[in-house]
Amino acid sequence: MEHLIDIVLLGLLMITGFAIVRMKSLLAVAMLTSIYSLLSASLFVVLDAVDVALTEAAIGAGISTILMLATVALTRDEEKAPRHTPLLPLAVVTVTGAALIYGTLDMPHYGDPAAPVHQHAASAYLHDTPGEIGVPNVVTSVLASYRGYDTLGEVTVIFTAGAGVLALLGYRTRRRNIQGPGIRKLVVLRVIAKLFFPLILLFALYVLFHGDYGPGGGFQAGVIFATGFILYALAFGLGNAQRVIHHPLLRIMAAVGVLIYAAVGIEGILLGGKFLEYGVLADDPVTGQHLGIMLIELGVGITVAAVMLIIYYGFVSRQD
Amino acid sequence: MTELLGHYNYWIVIILMMTGFYIVIARPNLVKKVIGLFIFQTSVFILFISMAKIEGGTAPIIEEGLSVYSNPLPHVLILTAIVVSLATTALGLALVVRIQEAYGTSNEDDIHVQDEED
Repeated sequence: MEHLIDIVLLGLLMITGFAIVRMKSLLAVAMLTSIYSLLSASLFVVLDAVDVALTEAAIGAGISTILMLATVALTRDEEKAPRHTPLLPLAVVTVTGAALIYGTLDMPHYGDPAAPVHQHAASAYLHDTPGEIGVPNVVTSVLASYRGYDTLGEVTVIFTAGAGVLALLGYRTRRRNIQGPGIRKLVVLRVIAKLFFPLILLFALYVLFHGDYGPGGGFQAGVIFATGFILYALAFGLGNAQRVIHHPLLRIMAAVGVLIYAAVGIEGILLGGKFLEYGVLADDPVTGQHLGIMLIELGVGITVAAVMLIIYYGFVSRQD
Repeated sequence: MTELLGHYNYWIVIILMMTGFYIVIARPNLVKKVIGLFIFQTSVFILFISMAKIEGGTAPIIEEGLSVYSNPLPHVLILTAIVVSLATTALGLALVVRIQEAYGTSNEDDIHVQDEED
């Protein structure tokens, strides 16, 4: 059954991919990209990667689509036909694809437990996590504790992207409430948005603090938190959303999150451990791990949420 | 069944990868190019997650009575890669918006023509 779902989902992904190539209307392409992301999120659930699925659904199908739609609104919707014949690109793609498929023939079979990728580090993480970290979700323990340096780097990348979009698009405060003319008439949407707004924020907090025990964590929570405000801004206009959460506050919060993360690392040094060693944060190493993971996930969540909103505000405040 | 599937996942991933690659090199519209890049990125995610799957395994959340878990390491790598992919997509789209404002078009061919006129 699992294999059947896998085959069908991959087939649908392929069809969506080809449709994206063929479509000329960029609005339709943006929506198809959202479907593509949602399909791959479903595939990740089948492949046991629940944390990844949650992230892909929130980011790929949610925020990416909104950014693409915002860009399409700022550019022209129709795609012009290319001037060159597509023969050369087609040849390049075919040759590259054939070479890659030849390369896969040496790979271990799908689902093979003896594949080299499952030896060494991965089995050690699975074996040591209950005793050393004490959290059931191994993805969280690897992300936040064993490979905490990497994650600090990722958070800095997110922060840099926010700074980059801010530098490129700037930010214009608008007196006028930027909103599509038709939205004001959609009473159902406005009522539902108002009802869902607190629930989305609550769910984000659940995903943040339950990330040790179930799928979730700072990245997903930050994105879901930002989605709540984006939904609010879509239904009630950017001006109203800015009154709820100010742009200068977002810029400060984006930095605060990274600083919380780094501060937890430095606190470890001050208490006599290594950078990002959580065991020394409390008397009992496992309690220290819990505390450290909680704090850095909080930092990740704050930065991700703030940067997502900075990016969204940047794109939407560009609309005339 | 596994033998029959063998490399099915990897082959579809490569087809998706090449679909994205084709859009990037063959389509002149810049928004579409960013979307092509996005498709390419997502196909790489599927490649990694397919490799992490273990036959008969379950999600890597330790639970009494379960012994086979899928590999958590690629999950971690891809989780953060998805967030970074959004960062790159957002920056790419922001550049497209600025190019649109500067040239009045987001079509690569038209931009080249304008550049040659100057």
